[in-house]
Amino acid sequence: MGILGVVFDGIAYGSLLFLISVGLSVTLGLMNVVNLAHGAFAMFGGYLSVWLTASWGVPFLGTLPLVLGAGAIVGAVAERLLYRRLYAASHLDQVLFTIGLTFMAVATATFFWGPTQQRVALPEFLRGQVEVFGLGLGAYRLFLVGIVIVITLALGAWIEHTRYGAQLRAAVDNPQVSAGLGIPVHRVFSAAFALGSALGALGGALGIELLGLDPNFAFEYLVYFLLVVSVGGAGSMRGTALGALVLGLSDVAGKYYVPELGGFIIYALMIVLLSLFPAGLRGRRA
Amino acid sequence: MTAIRLCGSWWGACLLFGSLLLGCRAKSTEAEPSAAASSKALPSAGPRSIKIGVLAPFSGPFAGAGKQVEGGIRAYLEQHGNKVAGHDIELLIKDTTGVAPDVAKRHAQGLVLRDNVDFLAGFVLTPNAMAVAPIATEAKKPMVVMNAATSSITTKSPYVVRTSFTLPQVSAPLATWAANNGIQSVYTLVSDYAPGADAEAQFKKTFEAAGGKVTGSVRVPVQNPDFAPYIQRIKDARPQAVFIFVPAGAQGSAFLKAFQERGLAQQGIRVIATGDVTEDQELDAMGEAALGVVTTHHYSAAHDSPANSAFQAAFAKVSGGQVRPNFMAVGGYDGMAAIARVIEKLGNDLDGDRAMEVFKGLELDSPRGPLRIDPQTRDVIQTVYVRRVEKRADGFFNVEFDRFLEQKDPGK
Amino acid sequence: MRGSVVRAWQRWRSRAARGALLGPLDVGLWTLPLAGYFVFPDYLVLGSQMLIAGLFALSLDLCLGYAGVVSLGHAAFFGTGAYTAGLLALHGWQEPLSGLAAAAGMAALVGYSTSFLVVDARGLSRLMVTLGIGLLLHEVANRASSVTGGTDGLSGLEPSALLGHFRFELSGKTAYVYCAGVGLSGFVLARRVVQSPFGLALRGVRENASRMPALGVPVRRRLIAVYTLAAALAGVAGALSAQTTAFVGLESLGFERSASVLIMLVLGGTGRLYGAWLGSCAFLLLQQLLSEQSPAFWQFWLGLLVVGISLFARGGLLGVFAQLRAALGARRSRRRPPTSAEAPGHGA
Repeated sequence: MGILGVVFDGIAYGSLLFLISVGLSVTLGLMNVVNLAHGAFAMFGGYLSVWLTASWGVPFLGTLPLVLGAGAIVGAVAERLLYRRLYAASHLDQVLFTIGLTFMAVATATFFWGPTQQRVALPEFLRGQVEVFGLGLGAYRLFLVGIVIVITLALGAWIEHTRYGAQLRAAVDNPQVSAGLGIPVHRVFSAAFALGSALGALGGALGIELLGLDPNFAFEYLVYFLLVVSVGGAGSMRGTALGALVLGLSDVAGKYYVPELGGFIIYALMIVLLSLFPAGLRGRRA
Repeated sequence: MTAIRLCGSWWGACLLFGSLLLGCRAKSTEAEPSAAASSKALPSAGPRSIKIGVLAPFSGPFAGAGKQVEGGIRAYLEQHGNKVAGHDIELLIKDTTGVAPDVAKRHAQGLVLRDNVDFLAGFVLTPNAMAVAPIATEAKKPMVVMNAATSSITTKSPYVVRTSFTLPQVSAPLATWAANNGIQSVYTLVSDYAPGADAEAQFKKTFEAAGGKVTGSVRVPVQNPDFAPYIQRIKDARPQAVFIFVPAGAQGSAFLKAFQERGLAQQGIRVIATGDVTEDQELDAMGEAALGVVTTHHYSAAHDSPANSAFQAAFAKVSGGQVRPNFMAVGGYDGMAAIARVIEKLGNDLDGDRAMEVFKGLELDSPRGPLRIDPQTRDVIQTVYVRRVEKRADGFFNVEFDRFLEQKDPGK
Repeated sequence: MRGSVVRAWQRWRSRAARGALLGPLDVGLWTLPLAGYFVFPDYLVLGSQMLIAGLFALSLDLCLGYAGVVSLGHAAFFGTGAYTAGLLALHGWQEPLSGLAAAAGMAALVGYSTSFLVVDARGLSRLMVTLGIGLLLHEVANRASSVTGGTDGLSGLEPSALLGHFRFELSGKTAYVYCAGVGLSGFVLARRVVQSPFGLALRGVRENASRMPALGVPVRRRLIAVYTLAAALAGVAGALSAQTTAFVGLESLGFERSASVLIMLVLGGTGRLYGAWLGSCAFLLLQQLLSEQSPAFWQFWLGLLVVGISLFARGGLLGVFAQLRAALGARRSRRRPPTSAEAPGHGA
């Protein structure tokens, strides 16, 4: 009973990590932009969801597609106006730009919503436990695992099996040749960035129930996004999922069996994995 | 010529540096000149204006705490027309930006030497208070700690007086109450930092002395997104109750939600905690997950007394009514009240040593209940209430149902 | 007579350009802290903190500006130095200068042992490894709270009088002079390092690490050496902070400190040693002024500034000034032919 519970909790935690990081994997892996402001997009999604449920009475599940759409729009606009200048810049400039953006986002969130926690009301069927094989599993966590499976399959299928996905892969591998073949590289990148931001916003909204939402969210969870993406390998959906799973399972198992190690596990594991796999577990870029 | 070649980067840098410094200089000459008049009483030209330097975080993750403390101070001043015994009160508010002892020390030094304040007040976070204590000693200025709850702060300088609480002071009565109310086995879960360690140590000591047994304890990292493995451990240990101490806000909500989700409440395990976990500002956002949690603390917004009603009205007036005052606001309010008593007694004869004499043994009728400053330790002696989270018409509140009178900081 | 003065001046400048000693500009710039002592006697604590931050940013510049190693965890060494000096002072060894030396040694040791992880990684991985090391050390310090005081920190440090004579007192005069002296020594050391063949090799590594072995430069060893040196300097800055604040807390190891030193350095300009000092002074001044005007929102203006720098002023403030200088120099040089002293190869 103990070990099954640990495995499920590890998978659930890994799913949560995946959800908040997959957007960063898309932007970092595909455009090679170190986007530390990913947390700001997640926060945007979270606060939008809170605003929709509180001021407009939209049910929580109904806010999710709206958050996806809004995240995509904000991402596309940001890419066009700001991020486009950073493609050729050094990692340092990208780090600085995105940290500056994060500061601005945090200050804006404090201005509009204040420094306290926000909450959303979940629908009844997502609360409490569900009995599966005699094991009590959290309903919301099951829901998250389900969403992760759907996203991974959908994105994987989209990238591998559609024409658009092929264009994206080509543009990432070699932008010049792709442009020569008539692929609209700029538009492809904009779309990819919009997708990454939309996923980030969705992750932020879904995370409210488990992670909470306050203006400092962007900084608090920055380390986790970066961890998952660098360990899993940026740009690879499966890599990110694998990285999130590995980190989630080891963190939960460690905290259950050896709680004295607590916070060390995740950082030490990251250093070890990065030393062994410098490009990430399924990394595409060296 | 060589002079022209010297134009450009180096001199540009000098110009910038110089103008920045000049700007700073201009600002300092605008401020009142630092006359060494603090120890000399002004000739009887009437009551002079009293300056209070307030050091608290107003930006960053602890911004809410700073606003609460400031709100409490201003609520008191609002009730008394911004004057005390005819003296004008001038608040000099400095932002420490969070846990930043070097910034706090820098501001404190400026307040003492340049602005010549009569009192140093505020102090939400322990490291900042620890760093400023030596300045209070060297400059002989009273330092009123309005929130920081670590026991040892009052020992760092003979000029420190506290109007908030200490963690052991509220943890010990909780252990006593638990032992007296049928709870024999407890599992403790605290965040792995100094306040958590203090709460755990005191709870364990008092609980085991009262005949109970702590069946297990675990420390969780301060930043811990997922409590699932710890909830699983608690489930395995099957205690009668869980004692928790985690920072207020996200962590408290996360734990309680996970606790409910896993059905531990249905198994009959109760949650007991210090009041920081269900503090008034965050309680409404925690919602149903917090229902039924029993906590001990020195202040609840639901405390039924005329002083509390008046305090809440004044607080709403100065802060815009958006946010409920919590124990930090009361710490600020009572700190200001204590300072006011000192000013009433000493007037223009105010200085550090005489102020400390007045602080020792001071009694206040606070919105929290009765409050007294211990003459030996300069720490606070107050009633600690046992409360339960209940839902009322206007939100979730910590409703008091039992109390322990005249609680001192244990171990001092 | 005038000719010999001008020639002596030019000789001084060219010898300084080779790193042999401090040039006239360096002397001129370092009189600013001296002037600050007299012009702003009420702000000496701010001044000491600017000098400490400047030294810390200087150490990061060696790593980042000259060797191209971006580190998000440089505060690990600052904190190591601070805790070393703090623990020494707390346990009976209160002499400040030897405390500095011990802190430098300890930080160099930690830097050396972690350098292997950092130099072998590239790109994002390297960034994450440096971040991870910083976070790990922070967690270790939190755990070892019986030694480090945990979140309560080490307080009640009382460094004894500097050189046996000058007490650290409230107005901060001794602390200021102490920090200025140590800062100047650190600067001179850094100057010599970057003007030496070692420094040139570093710049080569930053520009193109794969070509350097063809020139006979052992890239890995050079990076390890500069990382260790940067760690030692950061440790000295940390020890200064511990001794002048008389307090050491966990935030000296934290991510916020690493991020702010990075911002300070970039604000001033990387790869030019003065950028570190200019950036730190500007950043701390801005923080002081902005947090008085609008405490809750100074983060917003800081964020805007950082965004602006990364988009429009990549070289930081010094980069902007260099552009101005180039523009002015181009205009003037159209008026007269260059003399032999201004031939290329004699720039600072």
